[in-house]
Amino acid sequence: MDYIFHFGDVFRYSGELIDGTLTTLRLALWAMVLGLTVATGNAMVRTLRIPVVDMTIAVYVEVIRNTPLLVQAYLIFFGLPALGIRMNSETAAVVALVLNVGAYSTEILRAGVEAVPSGQVEAGSALGLRPGLIFRKIILPQALKIVFPALGSQFIMILLATSLMSAISTPELTSITNSIQSQTFRSFEAYVVSAIIYLALTIFFFGVFEFVARNFLGSTLINRMEVR
Amino acid sequence: MIQPFEWQDSIFILRALRWTLGLSLAAFIGGGTIGLAVALMRSSGRTYYSVPALTYVILFQGTPLLIQLMLSFFGASMFGVDVSPWMAAALALSLNTGAFLGETWRGCIEAIPSGQRAAGIALGLHWRHRFVYIILPQALRIAIAPTVGILVQVVKNTSVASMIGLVEITRAGQIVTATTLEPFVVYLIVAGIYFALCWPLSLLSGKLEARSATSRATRRSAAPIGNYTAKPVSRTL
Repeated sequence: MDYIFHFGDVFRYSGELIDGTLTTLRLALWAMVLGLTVATGNAMVRTLRIPVVDMTIAVYVEVIRNTPLLVQAYLIFFGLPALGIRMNSETAAVVALVLNVGAYSTEILRAGVEAVPSGQVEAGSALGLRPGLIFRKIILPQALKIVFPALGSQFIMILLATSLMSAISTPELTSITNSIQSQTFRSFEAYVVSAIIYLALTIFFFGVFEFVARNFLGSTLINRMEVR
Repeated sequence: MIQPFEWQDSIFILRALRWTLGLSLAAFIGGGTIGLAVALMRSSGRTYYSVPALTYVILFQGTPLLIQLMLSFFGASMFGVDVSPWMAAALALSLNTGAFLGETWRGCIEAIPSGQRAAGIALGLHWRHRFVYIILPQALRIAIAPTVGILVQVVKNTSVASMIGLVEITRAGQIVTATTLEPFVVYLIVAGIYFALCWPLSLLSGKLEARSATSRATRRSAAPIGNYTAKPVSRTL
């Protein structure tokens, strides 16, 4: 191989790379926070056991989990304007990511809620707690604790999946890398640099989740990489 | 030129389906081969096997598939090899799938009670025979449900290959959108095709998982034996 690496050409764009990394982080954090909110909302509504609502949630989860995120993003960014719903690329990216991670988290949290012993709920109602309070104070904390490792690996997956949002021209890290490689023609170097940044972000988030799991929940993320 | 969306366009998308299916198959076969190696290396208990395999898993589970795809597409040309989008996509998807299958299968191998392995050693079996006759038949039963689950992931991941110009169904959808200007209908059809491919697999995976969970539960209650490691073995015997 007589190729000479020119990483210098890529590092001249370090300002853009930092901006891209921050956008990626912003997308990932919004997806995590709002995705968990969607999942919690769904878990709460599910405790009411309204058949129509349960069915709707099930359809939402199955549709999202069995179609690619890329196509979901295309539908939201390119398809919805046909119905008169317009948004800029970053909003569309957040919506696509939240809908996606929301569906996976809903499924994860459902398993967690089911794993809470029924005696806990009965004890709550024996104490005269209202259903809303039972959910908030008894079911949710225990369910979240049980599913935290699974949620953590799901969140790491959505962090990596933000790279697909370059397809709808959100200026995140992959998008920035694409434009750097088209300006410098240092394709390999550019993608190696962004791969290293993504790896660093993954390891950082893994470290944070692992720290929380070990120190506050007595569990661990290792060996829990979930099937997507 | 703008044309209304017609049935020919659906045919165009459906014809691209062979690339989605072909790529899924290639990624599953390639990924399965890599995954088996990774699973064996990770569960070997030898550092010089497990550390490289773990590094591989971290690298491929810690970076986005899209970046892996770009690296295999542009990276090969550095070696003077001119790769087609198809080759680059098959390579990247295989490497990515290998990491996920490897980790899943390692979990399945390590779920086999260690007494099984110990019994094999006690019988003087070579590791290859231990794996083929003792570990594999048991691990295979637990592995089927999550493997089908990963297959769903593989089919969905092939959509990323559209980004390097491979005309599978997502790319076909983009092409049709450019002429018909009806993105909502077109992407809905594309999403529908993916759903038709993935949903039966998801249902199958769920059903298999439920079955293995009940059979595990009944086995546990019926015969509370199986783990022999707790008993100390006298060396003087």
